[in-house]
Amino acid sequence: MKKILIIGATSAIAENAARIWAKAGCSLFLVARSQERLDVISKDLIVRGAVGIDRFCMDLTQFDQQDAMLNAAYAFLGEIDVALIAHGTLSNQAACESSPQITLQEISVNALSVISLLTVLANRFEERKSGMIAVISSVAGDRGRQSNYVYGSAKAMVSAFTSGLRQRLAKSNIRVLTVKPGFVDTPMTKEFTKGPLWAKPQTVARQIVEACNSKGGILYTPRFWWAIMAIIKLIPETVFMIIKL
Amino acid sequence: MKMQGWGRYSSLDAQVLVPSFNFECKEFIKNRVLITRGLGRSYGDSSLSPIILETSRLNHFISFNHKTGLISCQAGVSIHDILDLVVPKGWFVPVTSGTSYVTLGGAIASDVHGKNHHIRGSFSQHVISFDLLLGSGEKVTVTPSGMPDLFKATCGGMGLTGIILSATFQLIPIQSSSISQRTLRANSLEEACELFEANALSTYSVAWIDCMAKGRQMGRSLLMLGEHSINGGLDLGGQPMKSLPIDMPTWVLNPYSIKAFNFLYFHRSFFSDQKTDLPYRPYFYPLDAINNWNRLYGKNGFIQYQFVVPKAVGVSGLKHILDVISKSNKGSFLAVLKVFGKRNENYLSFPMEGYSLALDFKMESGIVELVKRLDSMILEMGGKVYLTKDALMSEQMFKSTYPQWQIFEEVRAKYGAIGRFASNQSRRLGLQ
Repeated sequence: MKKILIIGATSAIAENAARIWAKAGCSLFLVARSQERLDVISKDLIVRGAVGIDRFCMDLTQFDQQDAMLNAAYAFLGEIDVALIAHGTLSNQAACESSPQITLQEISVNALSVISLLTVLANRFEERKSGMIAVISSVAGDRGRQSNYVYGSAKAMVSAFTSGLRQRLAKSNIRVLTVKPGFVDTPMTKEFTKGPLWAKPQTVARQIVEACNSKGGILYTPRFWWAIMAIIKLIPETVFMIIKL
Repeated sequence: MKMQGWGRYSSLDAQVLVPSFNFECKEFIKNRVLITRGLGRSYGDSSLSPIILETSRLNHFISFNHKTGLISCQAGVSIHDILDLVVPKGWFVPVTSGTSYVTLGGAIASDVHGKNHHIRGSFSQHVISFDLLLGSGEKVTVTPSGMPDLFKATCGGMGLTGIILSATFQLIPIQSSSISQRTLRANSLEEACELFEANALSTYSVAWIDCMAKGRQMGRSLLMLGEHSINGGLDLGGQPMKSLPIDMPTWVLNPYSIKAFNFLYFHRSFFSDQKTDLPYRPYFYPLDAINNWNRLYGKNGFIQYQFVVPKAVGVSGLKHILDVISKSNKGSFLAVLKVFGKRNENYLSFPMEGYSLALDFKMESGIVELVKRLDSMILEMGGKVYLTKDALMSEQMFKSTYPQWQIFEEVRAKYGAIGRFASNQSRRLGLQ
């Protein structure tokens, strides 16, 4: 029976991952902004087989509350076998371009709050010398593109940070997994027209849980995004300047 | 976004709203006229409207009592997901449609029936209560005794009374996830109907019927009886889902290929009485193994046509209808005959005591005329057509064969549903 901490537990991907863990009889500690949503999800996960559930309501950008949250998580779970960090917002690029406040707010939600949390969490994990941390970054972080470079640069920071953390914590027998989903059909992306590249959150969640149980440091999900991003990263700057992406 | 019914004949460009939580629905319905859609398994246009509220994310369980078999879930939970959860604990849904990819809300709104209708009636008869969001934004808890009019209007009411948010219903206990199936061969329609009567105590019964057979062989069928087995444990039995990557070319299904299929299917067993044990999925949901079997009929889609005629009409009436179908050469390779038990009190529920036949017609020239002709025959015989499958019925046909439509409209008016919930089907049928 695994003990699992999920940050951003009401996101579609995290919720679907939680359902898989619940079915396997895990204990879960859920963190999200909305109490109302957490209540609905907790009940559901108990019916699906979760052995124990507790929840904590907070805005992750309130950095000073992160300690209290982690203390509550450790008090409930005892140890943490898997920590999944899944919170975030999809920035409106146009709004970001018009306002430094909005841009910084997006960076704060998608990068700084994750970095702050990982800094504390890493030390706690390092003491125990076991467990794993999975962090949802994005393919958008692989190369800044005009259509969403604010979101992309925040995710790039998460990818770089987790890369370094992975190297550091490997020495303490701790795995750090950077998850890079492509297009996922969730409430976060409801404004987009969906094409064949879009994946269901259930599929992405299943691949994340599978990756948590196996090896490897970076997960592109669905996996074909590895190839797409490899090509996008290879496009020379001169060509990149004249195309839209 | 282009939206279609399962038959892919009806379609339109619609705005699709996808709330993630039940409590968000109230905001979504403000100042809008819309229809609720679950997994889009109704065949015609009953889940289509310029604005659609999709319940796919309202798929949270609320409670499940392993001891009593009482289960509560949100409306977007599918029968498939419910069975995944409850079968290993020794429970089963009391009534199931022919696909498990139906949401709980859809099962109530269509008041679905199954192969055990003659024993257990339709789905709503096992519903203890449901929460309904009215057009006013008010949420009410509806029970058969607490708000009988709203209960009887909503069950079978095609989503036209409000949004079903969640429901509680009673499961039935099982000792095994397998079904003991017995297949009996009937060489004519008379024989098939006699076999139904002789096996009225069998929990599940349904007949596959060769609707291309003419003359003395007309109505030859395979009657499939089923009981929940007592052996074999409670495994779910994995069954990987396959997809049809493209639409099947429209010429593949033609009178010759369908005749050949039907001939082979009928003669597949050498014995006229065959017994096997099989997992519940292939027994109840053979088509669920293919993700999008509706592409089988090609890009023009198909019409699914299901009607029921009263027992008094008898085999002769049914024969008359089959005669028209087989002579049209438009027959389908999925024709299903079932003898229904007594009707319930819901205003628009489909099942009533009598013979029900369900057929697929590939959409092509002549089908609309054939359906119109069948409609008028069924009207004359005192029968009716299933709203969940309908795509073509006229207002006059609906109002004559569903005589309680006026009470239905009165209840809708009383609870503020008029002008708030409407589908292309409800507009076609002349409902307000």
